[in-house]
Amino acid sequence: MDVNQTATDHIYKPEEKQYSYLNLGPTHPATHGIFQNVLKMDGEIIEEATSTIGYIHRAFEKLAERRPFYQIPPITDRMNYCSAPINNIGWHMTVEKLLGIEVPKRVQYLRVIVMELARIADHVICNAVIGVDTGALTGFVYMFQQRESVYEIYEEICGARLTSNLGRIGGFERDFTPKTWEKINKFLKEFPTVLKEFENLLNRNRIFMDRTIGCGPITGEKALSYSFTGPNLRAAGVDYDVRVAMPYSSYQDFDFQIPVGQNGDTYDRFMVRQEEMWQSLSIIKQAMAKLPEGPFHANVPEFYLPPKEEVYDKMEALIYHFKIVMGETDVPKGEVYHCVEGGNGELGFYLISDGGRTPFRLHFRRPCFIYYQAFPEMVKGSMLSDAILTMSSMNVIAGELDA
Amino acid sequence: MLYDFPVISLKQDKIVDVIKHLRDHAETKFQFLTTLCGIHYAEVNQIAVMYQLHNMVSNQRVRLKIYLPVENPVVQSLTSVFPGANWMERETYDFYGVKFEGHPNLKRILNVDEMIIFPLRKEYPLEDQVRVDKNDSMFGR
Repeated sequence: MDVNQTATDHIYKPEEKQYSYLNLGPTHPATHGIFQNVLKMDGEIIEEATSTIGYIHRAFEKLAERRPFYQIPPITDRMNYCSAPINNIGWHMTVEKLLGIEVPKRVQYLRVIVMELARIADHVICNAVIGVDTGALTGFVYMFQQRESVYEIYEEICGARLTSNLGRIGGFERDFTPKTWEKINKFLKEFPTVLKEFENLLNRNRIFMDRTIGCGPITGEKALSYSFTGPNLRAAGVDYDVRVAMPYSSYQDFDFQIPVGQNGDTYDRFMVRQEEMWQSLSIIKQAMAKLPEGPFHANVPEFYLPPKEEVYDKMEALIYHFKIVMGETDVPKGEVYHCVEGGNGELGFYLISDGGRTPFRLHFRRPCFIYYQAFPEMVKGSMLSDAILTMSSMNVIAGELDA
Repeated sequence: MLYDFPVISLKQDKIVDVIKHLRDHAETKFQFLTTLCGIHYAEVNQIAVMYQLHNMVSNQRVRLKIYLPVENPVVQSLTSVFPGANWMERETYDFYGVKFEGHPNLKRILNVDEMIIFPLRKEYPLEDQVRVDKNDSMFGR
């Protein structure tokens, strides 16, 4: 050892700082999905994050170019699988826009009910998981029971739970049964109590607030330049909601508010989603109170599959069934873009039809894919545990991210 | 053709300036880039890039399209105007091979780096080409 060496020589100077690299993911339980982030760490502070995506890429845009219109909803299911019915109905509405189909008022109201239920299920998962990431597992278990009730309602409507393939072009495959209404009423009765309890657990919880306030913030301006939409944008203070800006499916008939945050941090994102669930409940109640009578599907025999019994003994029904299944019905040439307010933001379908049996090009505007690119910037300079929270509060769904 | 809102085809050399102008001009203020994607028109041997802009205040949308030759699709990158265009352009490069000049990190995003084709181009069919039972001509088209 050098005799002239002093104790302070062992301390690294800033220019010889050493970083460690940490692989967060691809299959880390805390990331809730398949994401890889290579983090350059200075102690526990993140200096730089590099995201790699595409681990579950399934080429949906290519697949869609080979499928007749009625076969595409199962593809959309698998994007944001936490709120699959919104994706399905968004696609049906895109096709209806291309074909110029006017759907009955009852269908629009029923769709609103299903979409708001799906929004609740989506936000339930997201907020419950934010709770888990801050260490509060209790709320998660409570809330997941309620998601189960929503899935039971889907099951009653369409027979499936997660990948719902719900509805048809022009309406629903069948009307809501009395059992469905019973389950919806039960949910409307039980859910507010649970949601209130969940809020009591977290909203003003000192530990939760200390963990989430100021964690992963983004300004409204930045969020807009990164093309944020949905709750993440609203948490940053921009009151853009597709349901209000471009009302679809009779959203203009309902009275509801758009919650807006201020700082765009994890706490605001959590609170915006929390309030949106209350608003969704109110929309469902209004839609049920005002539900008009009428058919549950539009009169479009060229696109709406006839009932199976008719296919067996009626010639027209058999012909239409054959034509639809073989994708032989005529569609106009055109380019349409239709967007709905999905669980994560503006979910858009850009459809180019060349008059063939399948889309010429179908592009999905996936909100997750677009806002996840801001993640490295949002976590820069924060702790590793804050990165986990930021990711879960952004509600990045791997299926939607990777298409 | 049926269009739902204005669709404007432009020459590719000024596209970034045009979008910047639309963003900053007091009368247009298209300050939000909704989406960006590629389209392959195989019969004319061109790749189009579609930009969709949105003015959230007046709630207007506009779609801009540029057409590039398949052999060498090169266009200026929009990342200097909208940082959110970064991954959308990477995705377009990944699937169509459109080279965005001035992009900070233009590499594949969803497919593996070793891939040598641009899979969303029309010359790569999804199923076996020999199969004729799903051909449109069977149905009089």
